[in-house]
Amino acid sequence: MTQQGVRWTADQVLALAPDAASRKAGSKLGAAGPWSEAGSSKEGAVWGLCKGSGSKPYQTVVDTAGPAYKCSCPSRKFPCKHALGLLLLWAGDEGAGQAIPDAEAPEWAEQWLAGRRRRAEQQEAPDKGESKPADEEAARRRAARRAERVTAGVTELEQRLADLVRGGLASAEQTGHGLGEETARRMVDAQAPGLAARVQELGVIPASGAGWPVRLLEECALLHLLDQAWLRRERLPDALAATVRARIGLSSSAEGPAIRDRWLVLAQYDTADARLTTRRIWLRGQESGRTALLLSYGAAGRAPELALPVGLSLDAELSAYPGGGHRHALGERHAPAVPADLRPQGVDTHAAAAAYGRALREDPWLESWPVTLHDVIPTPVGDGMQLADADGAGALPVVPVSRPGLWRLAAVSGGGGVTVFGECGHRGFTPLTVWAGDGGGAVPLC
Amino acid sequence: MTGQETAQAGAASWEELVTTALLGTDRRGIGRAAVRGRKDAATALLDEAALHTVRRRAGLRPGSAAPRPERAQDDPRPALPAAARRRLALLLSDRPGTGSSGRRGSTPDLTELLPQWLAAANDHGYAAPAELLPALLDAARGRTDLRPPALAFAGPRALWLARLNPEWKFALRTTPGGSALPSPEDSEAVGRLWEEGLFAERVALLGAVRAHDPGAARALVESTWSTERAEDRLMFLDSLRTGLADGDEAFLERALSDRSRNVRTTAAELLSALPGSALAGRMARRAATCVALDALRTGITVEAPHECDPGMERDGVVASPPPGRGQRAWWLGQLVEAAPLATWPQRLGGRSPAEIVALPVADDWQGELHAAWCRAAVRQQDAEWSRALLGAASSPGAAGPGAVSLAERAKLLGTLPEQERAEWVAGFIAAHGLSEAFQLLGVCAVPWAEPLGGAVVDALNIARDAGSYPWSFSGVMGLAERCLDPAAASRLEALTATPDETEDGAPGAGGYWAEAFQRLVGTLRLRAVMREELAGAV
Repeated sequence: MTQQGVRWTADQVLALAPDAASRKAGSKLGAAGPWSEAGSSKEGAVWGLCKGSGSKPYQTVVDTAGPAYKCSCPSRKFPCKHALGLLLLWAGDEGAGQAIPDAEAPEWAEQWLAGRRRRAEQQEAPDKGESKPADEEAARRRAARRAERVTAGVTELEQRLADLVRGGLASAEQTGHGLGEETARRMVDAQAPGLAARVQELGVIPASGAGWPVRLLEECALLHLLDQAWLRRERLPDALAATVRARIGLSSSAEGPAIRDRWLVLAQYDTADARLTTRRIWLRGQESGRTALLLSYGAAGRAPELALPVGLSLDAELSAYPGGGHRHALGERHAPAVPADLRPQGVDTHAAAAAYGRALREDPWLESWPVTLHDVIPTPVGDGMQLADADGAGALPVVPVSRPGLWRLAAVSGGGGVTVFGECGHRGFTPLTVWAGDGGGAVPLC
Repeated sequence: MTGQETAQAGAASWEELVTTALLGTDRRGIGRAAVRGRKDAATALLDEAALHTVRRRAGLRPGSAAPRPERAQDDPRPALPAAARRRLALLLSDRPGTGSSGRRGSTPDLTELLPQWLAAANDHGYAAPAELLPALLDAARGRTDLRPPALAFAGPRALWLARLNPEWKFALRTTPGGSALPSPEDSEAVGRLWEEGLFAERVALLGAVRAHDPGAARALVESTWSTERAEDRLMFLDSLRTGLADGDEAFLERALSDRSRNVRTTAAELLSALPGSALAGRMARRAATCVALDALRTGITVEAPHECDPGMERDGVVASPPPGRGQRAWWLGQLVEAAPLATWPQRLGGRSPAEIVALPVADDWQGELHAAWCRAAVRQQDAEWSRALLGAASSPGAAGPGAVSLAERAKLLGTLPEQERAEWVAGFIAAHGLSEAFQLLGVCAVPWAEPLGGAVVDALNIARDAGSYPWSFSGVMGLAERCLDPAAASRLEALTATPDETEDGAPGAGGYWAEAFQRLVGTLRLRAVMREELAGAV
């Protein structure tokens, strides 16, 4: 596969923008006007000088293989509007090569690109020397100490949950965040961030509207289940024990063997809280049929660095995290991502619900399971929407990521059957990407 | 989804568990079977609840399907070229009010290019990509001027979609009944919709039929004329403006005795636009008695009407003048405006319109008379009279032959062929600069033909050298970005550099001008690219 001439679409570029304002600012710079001395290399680097308000133009360079960006502007947005504008210009210039001709990188760009190549080579170089036994011993001791602290935290949490149920959940409505905030802090102290996050969410359920006692009891019960699983982790099968450790929040590394495949990007979406932007990227291996999840993080207001726009196919190696879940780490990439006109095979709503049910056997704390629905019709129901099998056999309620996404879903269907990738869970189906019934590419819904 | 509760004998039911948890196990016990001695009640309840929760989730099944939605009509138009589709996505992602700073920078204003893009896409007859319909409807919702081209482009699926979202109701109003208008040839369906349809549907139907067969449209209006409300009669009458022909005269003549004054006035106006009509003849006779050559046959004398008789009123002359205007002048204006312009060469010694306009007019009547001729020229779309009344583009504004306002000039220009319009406005700009040109530029065909484009660029250049700030010309700049021929971009390149500060210039103006010209050039380039993309050349 040649790397040359494979340019992204504008949608793919815009998907990199950290927020709507950047998207807009970038769009405006995606025209030849402010740019000079722009060019791109066969290796996938793009560079250019962008005239700003000052006398000296900004130097912008992007390595599309990363993608990684560098710009001399002072913006703290990442990528900045100049990088976005440059990529848009590059994307829109497909084949014409007028605005961004193939060229050798100028020195200022080459410096940075060379630095990146050097670092990449260093990373690939095998680790020097074996880790010493003493280090392993120390690591084991550290792990044991941490496990003790987690156990102490878990025990305390069990006590608090029991107290809550003894006194009645009704009191939780009055105390409001009481259980959440303080207990969550205790769990952070106990080095169990997974528990802390769950406890935090527990705190907001009483204010979440009708039916909150049911949801609160469910969440308390699942938390209790997690506590009990931790306390009995020695007796659990390996995979389940790994899942429990991950749910508690103990970090692990992706140790699975590298799986090389052409990975189709099914969906990419961000969720943000006050401190952190979390990006989820769903991939599907065209050979292995394996579904994989890549997680990446960015500080609030910055887009996570890893960006794989929907509809691309990526020749790369992935390795799984322990525990049998979907989470993988991205290893070596063998070629830049290229657009692929592929769509995943799908199932009907019954199979989708059953898949989620089966998955709960391995991980009872699962909120949802990635599924592709085939030939379903987005059907308005009251204020909401359901995805109904075209033969009317069943329907899953839609839990939207965003309203505009829901309208796009309806627009693409036009009342006909579509293929939808999304997350199927106990609250319903969250559509992430849709393919029209009569052909055409992937349309992201988030 | 529905959970299949399979409560086992002896185990507490889920509802029971929730109630107990809500009140607290201290107040309410749980089923005895669930408490197995060694555990306290709270832990036992949590155990039981965990089991229930996971079991319920694992047992979830799809619910039953609601009635399926109607399918959207097929759009037979060809799909957009890929590059044009991406461009549209970009134009639509640039929405006003999303974190913009006040000052316009050196980059193109994408929102302003959307109308042009839509018009071009409609000329090519492309279908809109389904996934962009929501953004397209949102854009049209915010800007009424975008609605007709946006909805034409969006096609049947957008109307289907608009029914799902109350925010897009405007689409259904603008294009009533979706695309369900019957074919104008299907007289039975047309008749039924005319009888039973909503007002907006009927107006749209009338427009469609009028475009297809003017006579049939008139017959439709006549068929229910006496039972319509006055406002509706007015609207229907107005629809006849398109395709107005002598065949409409009999009907319009009857409408002159309508109960509603607005209907009568409109009918009279329409009739006066038919030079061969009886009304036009009556007005010509009345006007001719007021305007004549003087004794030496070298000037015009005016004898304004002394009364507004019932015949005049029936022919649409409004008897009472607006405040501040003399009665007789008011009546005169209306008579001359409604009289066919062909009356005057005959009446005034066989002179051409230009010669007539050049004749002196006695007793300060020139203003009234020329203004009325201007209105007549616009109403009757008479290019020769318009030309005469506009005079030379270079003549000073206030001393123009008709002393006509810019708004009137713009209307007169509208009756001239495109090239002549461009030439006249170019001459005007060369003589008077840009400060008054905005309205006139607005009536010129896009892209601006030469010499107009060159005149605008030269004038902008002069304004810059004169040391003023570019935002004094932001209106013209914006127009130039949208209307200059993209081929002009290369000529403008030299103007994008920041010039040295001059002593008498406004501080910093040079930089702002460079920025404004950069935006102009950038926008022109972008328009050229957009055009190529739509042509499928990229």
